[in-house]
Amino acid sequence: MGNSRRSFLKVAGITALGIGTKPVLDVFAASGGHGAEPKPEVSQNEEALTAKRWGMVIDTRKFHSAEDLDPIIEACHKIHNVPELTEPRHKIMWLWGDEYKHVFTHREHELINDRIKHLPFLVLCNHCEKPACVRACPTKATFKRDDGIVLMDFHRCIGCRFCMAACPYGSRSFNFRDPRPFIKEENKEFPTRMKGVVEKCNFCAERLAVGKMPACVEASNGAITFGDLDDSESEVREVLRTNYTIRRKPDLGAGPSVYYIV
Amino acid sequence: MYDKNKIVAGLVIFVAIVTLPFWYNLGKATSAPEPKLSEKAKAAKECVVPKVDMKSEHMQILDLWRDTVVRDANRAYNTGKGKTFNMSLSTGEDSCMGCHENKAEFCDKCHNYASVDPYCWDCHIAPKEKKPEENK
Repeated sequence: MGNSRRSFLKVAGITALGIGTKPVLDVFAASGGHGAEPKPEVSQNEEALTAKRWGMVIDTRKFHSAEDLDPIIEACHKIHNVPELTEPRHKIMWLWGDEYKHVFTHREHELINDRIKHLPFLVLCNHCEKPACVRACPTKATFKRDDGIVLMDFHRCIGCRFCMAACPYGSRSFNFRDPRPFIKEENKEFPTRMKGVVEKCNFCAERLAVGKMPACVEASNGAITFGDLDDSESEVREVLRTNYTIRRKPDLGAGPSVYYIV
Repeated sequence: MYDKNKIVAGLVIFVAIVTLPFWYNLGKATSAPEPKLSEKAKAAKECVVPKVDMKSEHMQILDLWRDTVVRDANRAYNTGKGKTFNMSLSTGEDSCMGCHENKAEFCDKCHNYASVDPYCWDCHIAPKEKKPEENK
């Protein structure tokens, strides 16, 4: 009798061990190289234009009046579904023209020559090296990309407008009302914005991603040069090397990436 | 039992009121909606991930994709099975809406049924819905 209980326990023990190891073995078998699913990968588009630090040079000698700027501004605003609001406080601007005394506030004096005095300067987001807006943003909706572009994630913007207060260039606009009714012709390739978010120039990040130059550069007939400021062989660096250029409010230390030939 | 009539009548009224929503909706129950695939989506057979995962996880995928696109500038999604997609909701041929051309028949069907109201279309521009006669 005692003997049979002993053998029963033995068999029971081995069986339990066998049942216990099967799932473990199954897991090992499944994790092996056989039949593993290929892993999906994300990458940049092959045709994307890349740089260490994007920058722009605007040759203001090629502009003579506000009419010269209009087609460039229109190209930008059309592509990015920027609404046309007439109420000045509600205006949305990515790219616009302004006078010397407003653009280069620290250089202005009353005896400045006539050409400069009445010349409209193209102004846009300067995509600063040390952007104040990025530091001010409480939700990280605005951030600086590795290639120097200061970008906005409209999904994340809560409309607090701290960035607008922080930006020394007034480059940002706030949607006080739903912009959709004020967009003449919607560009389906780019989203609109909604009421309550801030927006600004994005250096055409969506165009660079598909290998195209920014819209303003294309529309400028060579008056605007765009390229990598970190690449000493690039076209912008060549233009900067051969021309005297100024930047807006450089003494603030933000390090704007937009240069002007005056 | 005292006031038997009043109590029974009260109980009947109470039960009637409590069960009113059930009576009200009786017979109105509809089956769970089946999103209608466009011809293009049918022809493609498989989305970026298998259908079951897409059903349960498309919102997480969209959320991940928007961060990847906006923040890392990575816009191409390679499934690992030889297919590359444009990581975009509404722009281009191989974006989400490039294949699922009809928002009303595809997105809205389930979203309306489940009473979810994602704010995608506050900013993104939905593809123009083709009128039924154009589909023929």
